[in-house]
Amino acid sequence: MSAAMIESGLEAAIRAAAKEGRLALVPFLPAGYPDKDRFFEELDQLDQGGADIIEIGVPFSDPVADGPVVEEASLHCLELGVNLGWIFDELAKRKGRYKAPLVLMGYMNPFYQYGFDKIADRAKEAGVAGLVVPDLPLEESFDVRKTLAAGGVDLVSLVGLNTSAERLAEYAAVSSGFVYFVSVLGVTGVRNALPDEMLEHLKMAKQAFDVPLALGFGLKSPEQLVPLKGLVDAAVFGSALIRHIKDGGDSASFMARWK
Amino acid sequence: MKKGYFGDFGGQFVPELLMPPLIELEKACEDIVPGEAFQNTLHELLADYVGRPTPLYLCRNLSKRLGFNLWLKREDLAHTGAHKINNTMGQGLLTKMMGKPCIMAETGAGQHGVATATAAAMLGLDCIVFMGAVDVRRQAHNVRRMELLGSKVVPVESGTRTLKDAINAALRYWIENQRTTHYCFGTAAGPHPFPTLVRNFQSIIGREARQQMMEKVGKLPDYVVACVGGGSNAIGMFHEFIPLDSVRIVGVEAAGTGEPGCYNSAPLNLGSPGVLHGMHTPLLQTEDGQILPSHSISAGLDYPGVGPEHAELHASGRAAYGMANDDQALDACLELTKVEGILPALESSHAVAWVLANKDKIEPGADVAVCLSGRGDKDTFIIEEALAARESKEKRS
Repeated sequence: MSAAMIESGLEAAIRAAAKEGRLALVPFLPAGYPDKDRFFEELDQLDQGGADIIEIGVPFSDPVADGPVVEEASLHCLELGVNLGWIFDELAKRKGRYKAPLVLMGYMNPFYQYGFDKIADRAKEAGVAGLVVPDLPLEESFDVRKTLAAGGVDLVSLVGLNTSAERLAEYAAVSSGFVYFVSVLGVTGVRNALPDEMLEHLKMAKQAFDVPLALGFGLKSPEQLVPLKGLVDAAVFGSALIRHIKDGGDSASFMARWK
Repeated sequence: MKKGYFGDFGGQFVPELLMPPLIELEKACEDIVPGEAFQNTLHELLADYVGRPTPLYLCRNLSKRLGFNLWLKREDLAHTGAHKINNTMGQGLLTKMMGKPCIMAETGAGQHGVATATAAAMLGLDCIVFMGAVDVRRQAHNVRRMELLGSKVVPVESGTRTLKDAINAALRYWIENQRTTHYCFGTAAGPHPFPTLVRNFQSIIGREARQQMMEKVGKLPDYVVACVGGGSNAIGMFHEFIPLDSVRIVGVEAAGTGEPGCYNSAPLNLGSPGVLHGMHTPLLQTEDGQILPSHSISAGLDYPGVGPEHAELHASGRAAYGMANDDQALDACLELTKVEGILPALESSHAVAWVLANKDKIEPGADVAVCLSGRGDKDTFIIEEALAARESKEKRS
């Protein structure tokens, strides 16, 4: 069944931003960061500060696709005792509080141990509309996608600079919600400039997918967004927000910069 | 069966950015490896450079005492002192023939790092090795060897700063440098096609052992035994014997100190299925799916996962997987050294320890072939420390 047949909250949120003539803003914050209480204050600020979708990181001991900033934050949250059970419980208490749909981003193993069927069951009460799983490429994703779809949860695909036209087409056939384009051939948050090669590849990806395209990994300044208008539909911020909070800032002042 | 799977285990759980180099490697495995040019060159290198075939030695003294024949497949006599070189020469040659100028590896104890650095020096490749910062300190001798061989050693400061973190760092480096660099994975684990590729290069161990048994005694061994960390020496020893039903196959995991609830390196015996480093396989983990630190006296077995083909051999019952703890391995190491004049690596000592612990269950006159995967010179410091700790414990009690 084509995912496009189901109304996706994630897709709708990004399309709504487009109607206002802007890129959708998708901040990322690890669950429980900087501590278990303040995390929900930050979540409120992100939601009220104009986030169109909010990505919540699920911590994992071995985050191979993350750079040092996200890894450190993620390990810190693990030490605080953050796990999926806590995340779902706390979000369920706040059901209906956030305008922005929520996406959980994390590695395969914690999701797998919790159970994808259980995630599909609890997603609605927690306001979770999608999952991003960086170590779940196309070949391994089919069963998970089906299980999540039964609970109305999108499995967000990730593609990158080295994803061929053939693979883009294969992803396009199964993708729902939005597609995550990894901006540089590297891990999150360690690069400054947006490579030229990327612009070409973004055009290719934009053509391949019906669902909106989000650009992630490595965005640092609002000026970087200017050449992207028309090429992508949304921008994801991870390391930049964590760094901002670590340096004493809060989510409200962070969001104000990007709006 | 799904591609890249052994039963339920294996797969390719990696970021999409690593799929193109894995697909490229898979293609090279099909197009280059079976070709005459590759096979002839590898055969020559294994014979003249690595020193194959390695001997199959009947322990003259121990066998008398045990009442059955203990054979050692002497991988400790291969160049650089362990079986690791079988894999790195294969992957090094493949790197050359794929047209990549650089080879990259992770290492725990440093044996795979040294073997990769050696292949790189010989084949004219640039080499970079990721090693946990804790291991860099524990294995300073091997770090020095790699540097002398012209490799760059990068200490990894993240996570537990051991082998699993070195693998994480290597995977990250590969994402950025896949165009120029081949990742020479050190064990028969990780994402497809590594478990199959590494097994193919290591299975020469079992092929030789089978032929040598037939030449020496005219029959197959009754048991083949090997230690299992990631499991490359073991799958190399076992693979030839899997279809031969009369041969009992025994892998030996490291039980750590052996105390209840201790950190260990025995995911087949004490772990549960999960996803790490690109594969679905038994892992040491918490209920939440966080990876637990592993422990073994032997750094080479100190890993919280295991190769997926072992997971399937375990699940199907074709192979049995026992355990040996730190003390048993140390005793076996000392015994083999004193009685046979062979100082085995602490990794390989776990396999010997299983045989000694089960000597009453093994039929008199049986032929037991153990893969002696490496030599123990690298471990003399750890052995001394362990003996000193044992002595002070005895004094206290």
